[in-house]
Order: sequence, then structure tokens, then C-alpha cells
Amino acid sequence: MGASTAIELRNITKVFGSIVANKDVNLSVNRGEILSILGENGSGKTTLMNILSGIYFPDHGQILINGEEVVIRSPKDAFSYGIGMIHQHFKLVDVFSAAENIVLGLHEEKFNIKRSAEKIKAISEQYGFEIDPKKKIHEMSVSEKQTVEIIKVLYRGADILILDEPTAVLTPQETQKLFAVLRRMREDGKSIIIITHKLHEVLSLSDRVSVLRKGEYIGTVNTAETNESELTEMMVGKKISLNIRRDDPVDPQDRLTVNGLTCISRDGVKLLDNVSFTARSGEILGIAGIAGSGQRELLEAIAGLQKLNSGSIVYHNPKTGAEDDLRNKTPMQIRDLGVRLSFVPEDRLGMGLVGNMDIIDNMMLRSYRKGKTVFLERKPPRTLAERIIRDLEVVTPGATTPVRRLSGGNVQKVLVGREIASSPTVLMAAYPVRGLDINSSYLIYNLLNEQKQNGAAVIFVGEALDILIGLCDRIAVLGSGRITGMVDARNTTKEAIGLLMTKHDGGETNHG
Amino acid sequence: MAKTEKHVHEPLIHIVKRIAGMPAWQAWLIRIASVAAALLVCAVVTVLLTGENPLGVYKTMVEGAIGTERRVWNLLQNIAMLLCVSLAVTPAFRMRFWNIGAEGQVLIGGLATASCMLLLGNKLPTPLLFVVMIAASVVAGAVWGLIPAFFKANWNTNETLFTLMMNYIAIQVVSYFSYIWSNPKGSGAIGVINLNSQAGWFPAIGDQKYLLNILIVAVLTVVMYIYLRFSKHGYEIAVVGESENTARYIGINVKKVVIRTMLLSGALCGIAGLLLVSGTDHTINRDTAGGRGFTAIMVSWLAKFNPLYMILTSFILVFLQKGASEISTQFGLNDSFSEIITGIIIFFIIGSEFFINYSVRFRESKKGGQAK
Repeated sequence: MGASTAIELRNITKVFGSIVANKDVNLSVNRGEILSILGENGSGKTTLMNILSGIYFPDHGQILINGEEVVIRSPKDAFSYGIGMIHQHFKLVDVFSAAENIVLGLHEEKFNIKRSAEKIKAISEQYGFEIDPKKKIHEMSVSEKQTVEIIKVLYRGADILILDEPTAVLTPQETQKLFAVLRRMREDGKSIIIITHKLHEVLSLSDRVSVLRKGEYIGTVNTAETNESELTEMMVGKKISLNIRRDDPVDPQDRLTVNGLTCISRDGVKLLDNVSFTARSGEILGIAGIAGSGQRELLEAIAGLQKLNSGSIVYHNPKTGAEDDLRNKTPMQIRDLGVRLSFVPEDRLGMGLVGNMDIIDNMMLRSYRKGKTVFLERKPPRTLAERIIRDLEVVTPGATTPVRRLSGGNVQKVLVGREIASSPTVLMAAYPVRGLDINSSYLIYNLLNEQKQNGAAVIFVGEALDILIGLCDRIAVLGSGRITGMVDARNTTKEAIGLLMTKHDGGETNHG
Repeated sequence: MAKTEKHVHEPLIHIVKRIAGMPAWQAWLIRIASVAAALLVCAVVTVLLTGENPLGVYKTMVEGAIGTERRVWNLLQNIAMLLCVSLAVTPAFRMRFWNIGAEGQVLIGGLATASCMLLLGNKLPTPLLFVVMIAASVVAGAVWGLIPAFFKANWNTNETLFTLMMNYIAIQVVSYFSYIWSNPKGSGAIGVINLNSQAGWFPAIGDQKYLLNILIVAVLTVVMYIYLRFSKHGYEIAVVGESENTARYIGINVKKVVIRTMLLSGALCGIAGLLLVSGTDHTINRDTAGGRGFTAIMVSWLAKFNPLYMILTSFILVFLQKGASEISTQFGLNDSFSEIITGIIIFFIIGSEFFINYSVRFRESKKGGQAK
């Protein structure tokens, strides 16, 4: 039995201050096996993997590799035991080629890029990677970069691969390709640990699933003997309904018409290319696309934060019936026009909130100009902060706690709470549930639905296609800065959207 | 599974960030302990280097700082001047605009004051003269602050280098005018201005010639605290400093805030120049600012940019400086020795922040490592 176990963790405990990140975690991975580690945010997945890869040292517990107790004190140690980590954020040198990145930092052999390229080719053929060793990283798509990262650890002879949320940045088609590669590695006898919170991936890929909850090890089950609802229950600790509510659109009227938006970056890349669509009141318009296809530029252009080269953004004011062009107006000018535009940006602590300020001062971001004196009024924001903490069940020691101390879900509740407090007519949300646990995600979906019911035009930029399909009324698909399709969310499939995401020629749009 | 009896080494020292922070009283306890530790180390160093009794040295230090009434007033005056410059750089620092050009801004403000005293001193009635002096020093300091801010706001130039360079320009400008206006002619120094008429000199209150300076700085301290903590401007400064992206997102005009704040920072430095020339020295030379523009950076940082704490930090620094210079004269040691003592104490004070933010844990005896 000992021979088939590649790596085993016994009673691993890691404490940060008063926070127990891992408590008595037991795990084992066999040779030729794919193990998923499933858990919500803050359940200790990343801490555990950082212990394995030598970034943290456990307070208690043992790590056994091939049945022998080992000490992993640095990433170098981890590497010498054949553990290779593929991080979520790639660590590659942009101006180097794939081959150069792969051999970077290796001292053992004489630098011979030709021989290296051959070895890379051999690895690629063995596992079915598609890679051009001479291609520069900055010319690569996200999935190609990930491939380079994986080959990098294989090149160094890793037998145990740890992948942290590898599918977060991939299209459904790319995900399938990755899974095929991982399966081939399994056949080759490698051990693979994959961290994820996507249940369907867990079920389709892994042999066994280990579940963590709030730092504690809940258990390991064989994938063949489990299902989504059981796993969710293990992960959250209670039964939860996985259906997203979707009501019919409420009296939809054109609220925001975007026409021919084009935005060209300093180095001549078209970030947005002739983007046109209409967002209607009382409905949720989804925006799908591979990360970096122009989503951020689009929302920031509407919010008055991105200069445009051409196009118009017409706001249909429901009160006055006036039609105002918001293009190249500052956020202040947009507000002065009476446009109640709310924006939940992707970068919550870097843009939507100020991490070092407390909840009250963060509420004040939107309202501090109110009042005639030169002094701030902290009372209304305090009331708002207390209301949001109560209504959205924000877990915090108090309203005067700096928001950076809150967990991801609670940070997002504070941000979304503030943005909907002004009863917006247009609400834009970029990846509002990224990194959130299931409970918080559903709370955010409900809040978006509520705004839809109140007649707001909601624009929802998302990454998980099943969520987009379940929540939205219509979905616009962005590919390389263009709208490659507009579909009716009630009559579409993930595959159809996935195809549109990778389509680069623009082409016909089939309105739903 | 085979029981392995391998020797397992845990790293000897762990450095762990205190995630939940630390209660204020504990933090102060650490700070006080660090000062005590500093004094201990200084005592050892004193004995080793000089063979003097360290307690005697400390006593001399305290006496040097507050031994006589005159010394107490001198101390307060020096605290006030340092605090004034520190107040001036603080709004910029809160905005993460590294204004290390306070030295130059103070000098230029002082030069403007001095030129008013020289050129208009005996021509204008006193109240009008003071109005002109105040206006001139404020404008001069503000302009010296505006130039780097303007370039930063429009072309994102590096404000640290820019403000630093402006110091050298200011020093040379002062040198130039020291020569032009030198008194007696050719001495290269301006000498005491209006020695007989005392035109443009701050009046003494009672018989304390520094009291007006001290009162002005006290008022400025409170005003600055309120401005940063409770005004809309102060809030905008904080948001821009924390995250320019957030500032843009909520529609703050970042350019405007940068320029406005540096105008304020420079203007306050100008006031410090006014207090130094009109309220203290009644003359100007290239050392009038006396390095306060740089010491102020430390005062402001140590106080975490809080004007009220800055009273304490400027007190500590000035006290050490005064005390240390007394040691070197009393014991016939050179200046370097007092600098060593000051350096050690400041090192410990700054080092204490590390122990407030992090805890250090040593390897525990190996018991939990074994499987049950």
C-alpha cells in the first residue's frame, strides 16, 4: 500500500495569529490519481498547498512522500521531492520565448536551447500539449501560458502536480483540452492535486475528492460514489439549493444604448472594437467572454473612466425622457446629469473600496460631497454602514473595522451594498461573485435580481457560463473586444456561448 | 508504514504577522520597553567608548534639554519649529506624495520674509508690513511646492527627485541673496535685519520672545488635525493616497487634489520660514532650515501622519538632539558621540514597530510533530 501512496499529509495544522487556517488535515494522493480539493474561500485550501510547496511551514503534523517523512522548508525543497505547483497567476517572463521560460533558473546542465526544445517537444508529444517553444509569452493566449507553466514543472521532473484553480481563466473548450492532458498524465503515473470550487469539474475529472471547511478536514469521498448536492453539503455544512432564481423581465425599456464603441490602447491594440448593444430596464444583461476580452474597458467606458476613440453611450433618462451621451464625460459630470449609475468593479479593494479605511468611510466614498459645509458628515454613512451590516449579514467586528480585514465575501457585500443603496437605474457588476463562497454568491445573485425587479438595467459581467445562463435574460458575448454574439439566455447552451467566445471574425449576431 | 525516526528540523525562528492587530496599551508598552532597551544599550556603549558613568551621562542629557528655564523655552521653540515643518509635509505624505523638499520650501519662505523686512521694513506701518510678510512667505513656499506638483500631476514626474532638486536651487538662491544683501558689505552674510528698529520682528509676549511662535504652531497643529480628519479635503487626500484608482472611480479630480495639497504643503513650509526668520533668527542664511525639512519626514512617519502624535515625536527628537549636544560639551566628547547615542535611541524606537506588527516565535519543543 505504501508503494502506491505518492504523498500523504498527517494531522497538518497551521495557525496564523488567532486564525486556524488548517486543523488536523489528513490527505493522501496515490500514484496515477487525480485528487480534487474542494472548499469555499477561507477553507484553507491555499494554505495547505503553500505548505506542500514550501512557502509555509506547518505548526504540527507530518508530510510523507513515498512513505518517508520529509521536511519541506522552501520551494526548492518541495521541488527536490518532485512537487510542482502551477499557480493561478502565472510567473513567466513576457519577452522570453516558451523554451527560455521553461529552462529559466535551471543550473544542472549547460544552456543549450536546441536540446531543451527537443526535450520540450518530447514532453508535449507524450501528454498531448500544443506548444511552439519559440513563441514569445506576450504573444500567447492565457491557455498557452498555462501550458508553458505545466511543461515547466514537468521539465523539472515533477511527479506531483498541484494546480490552483486552473480553469478560472479558460473557455469550456480549453478546459476540456486541459482535462484531457491531465488524464494522460494520470495514466503515466503522475499524481495530480487540483484545487477548485467548480463542482462539475470535480465530478468529471477527479478520482477522489477531499473537502475542507473553515480549515477543518471534512472527509474524502470517491467521485464515482458522490454527487453535487452531497459535495455541496460537505463543503457548506448544510443543504443548499443550487437553483438561481430568474424572474421575467419587468417592463423592459431601453435604458442605455451603446453604439460603435471603439477604444485603442497606446500600443495600437483595439481593446474595444465597434461594440454596440442596448441594456434595458428590468432585465439582466450578461456579458460573457474570456478574461481580458474588453470587459473592463467596456464597463469603465460607461462609467466615465476610459477614454474612447469613437462611439456613443446614450442614456435614456426615465424621469425626464432626455437622451444624454455619456461618452468621455467624467464620473462627476455623469452624476450631475442625474444618471444614477452604480458600478461594482472587478478590483474591489483597488478601485471600489479603500482597504485601509473602515466601513463607514467606505460608505462615504459615494456621498462625502453632500452637505454645504467643508466638513464631512459621518452620521448618514454610519447609518448606512450599520444597515448594510445588518441586512446583508456582513461578518465584521464593527462598522469601524478596516475593510481589508474582512473576508472576500464580506468585502463584496459592503461594496454591492453601497452601490445599490442609491437605487441605481443602471447597475454594472464585474465578476461580482469571483472568489466568493456559495452562500455569499447566492446572496449577490438575489441582490441583482432585486435590482432587476426594481427596474434597474443590470449589466453582469461573469465568467462561469452556467451562472450567466441561469441568471441573465440576455447574454452578449465579447471576443477580442468585439461583440461576437447576443443570445437569449433561456435558449442557449454553454457550448454555443463557448464557441462565440473564441470567434474572432465578428460575424452575424442572432438577437434573442 | 515504516516508522521513520529521522531528525526533523523546524526552522528556529518564525516571524508571524499579527493579523488581528494589537491593543493600543500593549503597543505603547512595547514602545516604552524599546526606549528602556535603547537606554540600556546606550549605557553599555557609553561605558565601552568613554568610560563615563552612564547615569551621569543621562542626567547631563536631561539637564541639557530642560535644565534651566531658558533651556525649556529653547526646547519648546525648537519643538515648535520642527513640528511646523512636519505639519507641512504631512498632507502631502498622506497623499503618498513624497515631498522631501520641505527644506527648500522653508528656505524660500524665509527668504521672502527676509526680503520684505529688508526692503519694506522701515517703509510700511507694522500691521501692513506683517500682512505683506505673511503673504510673501506663503506664496513663495506654495510656488516652490506647486512646481513639482504641477509636473507630477501632468506628466507623472518623480516627485521625490524633483522636490529634492528644488532644495538645492533654494539653497543657492539664498546664498546668492546673502551675497547681494550682505551686511556688512562683502561679508557674505545678511546679519541681523533691522537690528535697531526691529521692524518685522515678531513681538515678544510678556518677555517670552518665542511664545508667539509656539502658540501659532499649536493652533496650526489643531487646525491640521481637524482638516485631515474631518474635512472633505482631508478625506479626498486620504482616498488619493490610498488608491488613485478608487479616487478616479468616485470622480475625484486627482490632478486637482495633488496640486491643491502641495500648495498647502508648500504654503505651510513658507509659514515655517516666516517663523524662523521673523520670529527667531531675524536673519537668513543657507542653514536657516537646519535640516528640519528632512527630520520632519521622520517626525511625520513615526507619528503615522497624525498631527497630535507628531507633538510627541517631535518632542522626542528635539529632546535627544539637545540632550546629546550637551553631553558632548560637558564631557568633552566630540559631536559624533552624541550622534551615536541619538542614533541608537531612534533605531530602537523605529524597530519597536516591527514587534508591534509581527510576533517572533521560537521553535517549540518537538512534541506535536509525532503522529498519535
